[in-house]
Amino acid sequence: MIHWKWWNMKDKTIYLDNNATTAVAPEVVEAMLPFFTDSYGNPSSMHNFGGRVHRELEKAREKVAQLLSCEPYEIIFTSCGTESANFALRGIMEAYPEKRHIITTKVEHPCIKNQIPWFDERGVRVTELRVDRKGRLDLDELSAAITKNTLLISCMYANNETGVIFPVDRIASMARERGVYFHTDAVQAVGKIKISLKDLPVDLLSFSGHKLHAPKGVGVLYVRRGTKIRPFIIGGHQERNLRGGTENVPYIIGLGKACELAAEHLFDENNQVKKLRDKLEKGILASIPNTEVNGHTEDRLPNTTNIGIHFVEGEALLLALSKENICASTGSACASGSLQPSHVLRAMGIPFTSIHGSLRLSLSRYNTESEIDQVLEILPGIVDKLRAISPFKNLEDVTHFGTE
Amino acid sequence: MWDYTDKVMDHYEHPRNVGEIENADAVGEVGSIACGDALKLTLKIKDGKIADAKFKTFGCGSAIASASALTEMIKGKTIEEVKKITNNDIVSFLGGLPKEKMHCSVMGAEALEEALAFYRGEKKVADPDNVGEVVCKCFNVTDQKIRRVALANNLHTVEEITNYTKAGGGCGLCVDQIQALLDDVWKNENTGKREHVKPKLSFLQKVKMIEKVINDEIRPILNRDGGDLELVDIQGNKVVVRLFGTCQGCHASQLTLSGLVEHKLKELVDDSLEVVEHEG
Repeated sequence: MIHWKWWNMKDKTIYLDNNATTAVAPEVVEAMLPFFTDSYGNPSSMHNFGGRVHRELEKAREKVAQLLSCEPYEIIFTSCGTESANFALRGIMEAYPEKRHIITTKVEHPCIKNQIPWFDERGVRVTELRVDRKGRLDLDELSAAITKNTLLISCMYANNETGVIFPVDRIASMARERGVYFHTDAVQAVGKIKISLKDLPVDLLSFSGHKLHAPKGVGVLYVRRGTKIRPFIIGGHQERNLRGGTENVPYIIGLGKACELAAEHLFDENNQVKKLRDKLEKGILASIPNTEVNGHTEDRLPNTTNIGIHFVEGEALLLALSKENICASTGSACASGSLQPSHVLRAMGIPFTSIHGSLRLSLSRYNTESEIDQVLEILPGIVDKLRAISPFKNLEDVTHFGTE
Repeated sequence: MWDYTDKVMDHYEHPRNVGEIENADAVGEVGSIACGDALKLTLKIKDGKIADAKFKTFGCGSAIASASALTEMIKGKTIEEVKKITNNDIVSFLGGLPKEKMHCSVMGAEALEEALAFYRGEKKVADPDNVGEVVCKCFNVTDQKIRRVALANNLHTVEEITNYTKAGGGCGLCVDQIQALLDDVWKNENTGKREHVKPKLSFLQKVKMIEKVINDEIRPILNRDGGDLELVDIQGNKVVVRLFGTCQGCHASQLTLSGLVEHKLKELVDDSLEVVEHEG
């Protein structure tokens, strides 16, 4: 066993930002290492030195397929979730140029959302479905939006900010019935909840390695057998001629291992991790007044909570938490680099009193109960301090501000 | 993560003068919770001096630090002195702010301006930001404010305007309108409108400034490419220099002289300067 200095250092940091990225599992690093050193062959080579690597690559593909209950043939390796999502939408669009309409939602990740202008420019109409206050879709609205011209529905499996899970099974069935392709961005869902593509009629599914304890720089696009799609990167014959370029072997091996581990830990994610999340959430709601959970609390990933802390600003909150070695994230405008707060929380109609003070805490199987206890001890004091500085203590302050 | 200076972090972690002065002589309230930041500044004024200043802020780290810095800067000063404080002074006091966070310093300067207007008894009506036509509907920014901030901070691009006022940072529909305003603000740029910014220099002052600009601004750039430059003489507005190293005999040396050396000297010292290469 290799001694991981960085891994031991992690006890200092309380990492509750696992929807942003996750720690690479030590087993994953170990599985990858030989492919940087001894086993550096090219999987496409004709000699056995490359052939051995090819066989390991295919084993990794099988492990990914096992986690998703699909065929290894249907797994295409990419560089990240964003590439997969671009591949899915453009690949289908180019395969069916006669159809000029796609449907998505207002709460998608930028990997989908920011593709919309690209489609607009090419005369492809895009419908963005609304969500309610709890972040849920209206399936009647979806049904009404489908026309003869509709080629594709793209809808995330679970939302990265709130953790709200969409009824992907029902959407997939509806798409199938109406003869429309269905892509789901499952970046946040894979490894956290059970996904069985044997039973779920989705045509395309994207995810990335670094959200499930594999490293950054590797992703997957699942393409159901028989789906007509155009290649995204044109080059060699790799990945069934759909994605040229020599395979990123060590990372793909790492992803294979991470998927194997994810399958083993799926029960933990939905029990131990969920229990810690619930303890954290209940503790915050009980100890800090004027707080509420953003998003539906039942149809939700087991590891995520998004809490609106009224009358404080999220970036100031994160800075203070960071000082205590606690990593979290916020939907506040100030933390994003853009000036607008989270498009997800705005689409849900969360009021501004809460939106700028939204705190996303996302756990992993590496978090411990003592870490949760520490956060519960530290957070109320930070909020108190920021509220003491704030000119707003209640709604009345907000409405009267600037009228003096 | 933003790259905040130690001073910003210090003022964020240990904000000075937090609170609200009761029966304050001057109150400035700017921003709103919808915009993501708001500042309430209260002042006690005695014998024409700021006897006390307190603030309350809803906002990010740099908004808190900017407000805290402002109160430190104005306490004990006369109204006349305080009037001259700009957002740039707040930025300097803090040792710099990330460019996307300049609007935090602008909020500080605006709260001060509003408080002083309040003291003069002008109240809201005189708020220069509420006058004019709203350009950015997302953040409620008027054309007057964009013009004022552009002039005060020498802003030439829409991105800079967004960093300083937030205008254009929301839906983006007003970006063309902001560009048109900037075009209008700077349309007289080359006709001497900005000349007054540079003070009239004595000959000795001019020589010293030229030397400083050459050493601090120009030579480091030339040194990077293995070149160098020496000041030979100054005759009236004619600056005579000699080029060394890779600059010497380089076919682009004329370009270096006119494009870099002369441009920098004109920009930083005097518009009428001319740079020539020493012959022989």
